[in-house]
Amino acid sequence: MSPIQEKGMSLIVKTVTKLTVGFILLYGVYVALTGHLSPGGGFAGGVIVALAFIHVMLAFGKEVALRRLRSQTLRVSIGVSALIFLYIVMAGFSGRSIFNCEITIPICEMAIVGFGLFAIFTALVLLSKTDKDAE
Amino acid sequence: MIEINLLLIFMIAGALIAVRVKDLLSSVIAVGAVGIALSLGFLILKAPDLAMMQLVVEILSLIILIRATIRKDIPFSMSGGWTFNTSATIVFLALFLAVAFFALKGMPVFGNALMRVSGAYITQSPALGAKNIVAAIMLNFRALDTLGEATVLFTAIVGVLAVARKIGHKKES
Repeated sequence: MSPIQEKGMSLIVKTVTKLTVGFILLYGVYVALTGHLSPGGGFAGGVIVALAFIHVMLAFGKEVALRRLRSQTLRVSIGVSALIFLYIVMAGFSGRSIFNCEITIPICEMAIVGFGLFAIFTALVLLSKTDKDAE
Repeated sequence: MIEINLLLIFMIAGALIAVRVKDLLSSVIAVGAVGIALSLGFLILKAPDLAMMQLVVEILSLIILIRATIRKDIPFSMSGGWTFNTSATIVFLALFLAVAFFALKGMPVFGNALMRVSGAYITQSPALGAKNIVAAIMLNFRALDTLGEATVLFTAIVGVLAVARKIGHKKES
């Protein structure tokens, strides 16, 4: 085992996380996509997606989570989805849009909320000094 | 409506405990209990959408508070005169209650909302081609509303990332 694997929580938590994190991600996307037919929506789906990544981070330590989802990817996807969202809503004023609004608006909101909250969590964890002392 | 009243009493008790308790971890957990009770209240008032969102956001904020901020040594200021603080609290509370009394008298009874705008939504949404009325309201009438919400969150994210970045912080030796 590499030294990265030894960080984080115990073996039980890691195994359960490996099994469940994919389903949590899938559920977040489902909640975002069917928000117009059932309870849910882009915001709730985005928070569930962020919780899935935070789950990985709490169980395996921050190196593994940040290797899976780099900081540059986070920033680029937040910015791109914000621009697409702005375009859709502003295109509504002139009455035409090239996107299917029922799919794209929740997906963009999910990307902004999910990646943004994970970025906030990562920044706060990296900022706190006591974590650095402990490791 | 007895459930709502019980939940409100529980939430007020949780908020008071969160303010008065000395230990920070207990305070954070009390705030979490208030949020969970709010989620239950949304569920009782038949808004599963909001209940789901409140539950998820509550869990996320609890994790962020416990994991990322609570271990830091937070200076806690108890300075200031006791009489001034108490009298200011009482004055502001009385002012708030007086204004709220006159403002709430003009509102419609709980459960009988005014249907001025909502009536227009119901009559006009079939012409828009959406799958149901909720989709029509959320993605057509109130898309700008969603844009504003996303803008608030985007600004908050940019602000936190700008304040909490690594570059620009002084290294302590």
